[in-house]
Amino acid sequence: MPQAMRELTFAEAIREALAIALEADERVVLMGEDIGVYGGAFQVTGDLVERFGENRVIDTPISELAGAGVAVGAALTGTRPVYEFQFSDFSMLAMEQIVNQAAKIRYMLGGAVHVPVVFRMPTGSGLGGAAQHSQSLEAWFAHVPGLKVIEPSTPHDVKGMLLSAIADPDPVIVFEHKLLYKVKGPVPEGDYRVALDKAALRREGRDLTIVATGIMTHRALEAAAILAGEGVEAEIVDLRCLRPFDGETIVASVKKTTRLLAVYEGVKTLGLGAEVSARVAESEAIDYLDAPILRLGGVEAPIPYSPVLEKAAVPQVEDIVAAARSLAQGRA
Amino acid sequence: MPDRAGGAHAPHVNRPAVYFRLSSSDALDALRRMHRIRRFEEAAEEAYVRGLSYGAMHLSIGQEATAVGVCMPLTDADAITSTHRGHGHCIAKGAQLKPMFAEFLGKETGLCKGRGGSMHIADPARGNLGANGIVGAGLPIAVGAAFSGKRRGDGSVAVAFFGDGANNEGAFHESLNLASIWKLPVVFVCENNQYAMSTAISRSTAAPNVADRASAYAMPGVIVDGNTFADVAEASFVAVERARAGDGPTLIEAKTYGARGHSRSDRNRYRSREEIESWKQRDPIAAFEAEIVALGLASREEIEAIENEVRAEMAAAVDFAVKSPAPRPSDVTRDVYSPRED
Repeated sequence: MPQAMRELTFAEAIREALAIALEADERVVLMGEDIGVYGGAFQVTGDLVERFGENRVIDTPISELAGAGVAVGAALTGTRPVYEFQFSDFSMLAMEQIVNQAAKIRYMLGGAVHVPVVFRMPTGSGLGGAAQHSQSLEAWFAHVPGLKVIEPSTPHDVKGMLLSAIADPDPVIVFEHKLLYKVKGPVPEGDYRVALDKAALRREGRDLTIVATGIMTHRALEAAAILAGEGVEAEIVDLRCLRPFDGETIVASVKKTTRLLAVYEGVKTLGLGAEVSARVAESEAIDYLDAPILRLGGVEAPIPYSPVLEKAAVPQVEDIVAAARSLAQGRA
Repeated sequence: MPDRAGGAHAPHVNRPAVYFRLSSSDALDALRRMHRIRRFEEAAEEAYVRGLSYGAMHLSIGQEATAVGVCMPLTDADAITSTHRGHGHCIAKGAQLKPMFAEFLGKETGLCKGRGGSMHIADPARGNLGANGIVGAGLPIAVGAAFSGKRRGDGSVAVAFFGDGANNEGAFHESLNLASIWKLPVVFVCENNQYAMSTAISRSTAAPNVADRASAYAMPGVIVDGNTFADVAEASFVAVERARAGDGPTLIEAKTYGARGHSRSDRNRYRSREEIESWKQRDPIAAFEAEIVALGLASREEIEAIENEVRAEMAAAVDFAVKSPAPRPSDVTRDVYSPRED
């Protein structure tokens, strides 16, 4: 059924998804630090505490391990918690509960239980947060069987994927790039779902495939517009789902374009780009390649404070343009 | 001191408070569970010696009164989280021995279909959310179960079992604090068996008693003799009633002793033979049997019948487990995720 579209920011789209879930299912609760009257560090939960009350929108102490663990235990026993980490970096304090417990309990118990918990993680650099408030840790979590890991890039997707995540019987980690919170886009009204296992083709092109995720999808699209002025047509695959990982969409695109550039904000070595590359290298698409695969990732350093350095630490539009240009050189 | 018992069978024995709550059949049921635990642990040891099992194994011989005593006020609607030394809690919460021993041997018929083993043994149908390989990890999960219970408003409670080793983990402190500020229906049960592997509690913990730490989180801290069933059970009844009434959490410290040491790698180099022997004199099962006989709640014949029944039950469980099929290698990734609903 077609729904009316409006322009919403990414943060508003998240809030709308949370409100729909809170309205529809009384088992849903939100937990996190300062998500109540404060409205969340990034004003994502906003006024939800006024609309749904303190028993549904629950401020936790600065106690990430117990907060996440309570969410896991509650999820095991009939509640559907959505736990917000104030910054994804703080999830390291709760890694034990996420990785040793949430991800494994269903398996360890022979499939007898579900752990329907959602962990929301504001992520990435660009706001001067420096080394402990700016990391991109998606690859860590995507390495763990039992977790589902998503990184939506548009207001439309984040609402539909978050609603899917809350309804999902398994633990889902949602990476939300902080620079996206104010980005606007069309969002349908009401409840709709976007799958947690499919990449999205954002732009068609014949000359190379750029696989990106989160904020990098937007930078890749900007780069593609510049490249188009030079006669280079880039195809953009927005990965969206990191676990499960949609290799098929990448392989199909590379067979068409014969060139592959992977762009991601996390540290380059042993990051998302390695998996993107390997999926192509292990498939029939390798025979179609007309150039070596390129990866553009974060530098091998913590995220620095100085804006000059911070910008230099992760791929920017001009970096993508330059990499794509060199990759497309010599094309037929 | 006045004699509170006043029973026709035992006019000269003081009746501990818990026996005003328990019938003769309750006491015999508790004894049956304690024997099941002891026999299970002995069978586990024997299976290892015979080469039937190969993985992690932590035995709770000597700690039966704590597991069974704590679970006395609980029903299947109440949750527990357990520890790596979790066989006793699982049996005390009502698990059947056949699927439990099958799990110990890693069989498809096991409680966890062979995926969890000794260290992750669980029985969610009876409220046991699982043993845990990570020290202290069960505390926040139990607090989460209590959170669900409070939201449902059905009077259910959650119990977190943990060892003395867990009381220096951040999870312990964070969990007690959270449970207290939210007044959740949870009981924290520290089985202080004196050693975290080889490290004596006096070397690991700044407070003289684990229960002393309760005051920092504004909840009652209760110390009981973990080898005395009546003391443990009474403390559990009081804490569970408090939790069900909405008055919040309690920390119980049960002082006990691990007769078999940490695990099969343990060479007992950190404790003396005399110490081990002195605790063997305080066997919780023998003490419980003597008490219920003295109180007229059971006869020696009834106790012997239970022992025999449990031996037969355990032998049948071992036989079932040994003859059960192993999981299929092709199923190694089954149940990582829930099946798709569409």
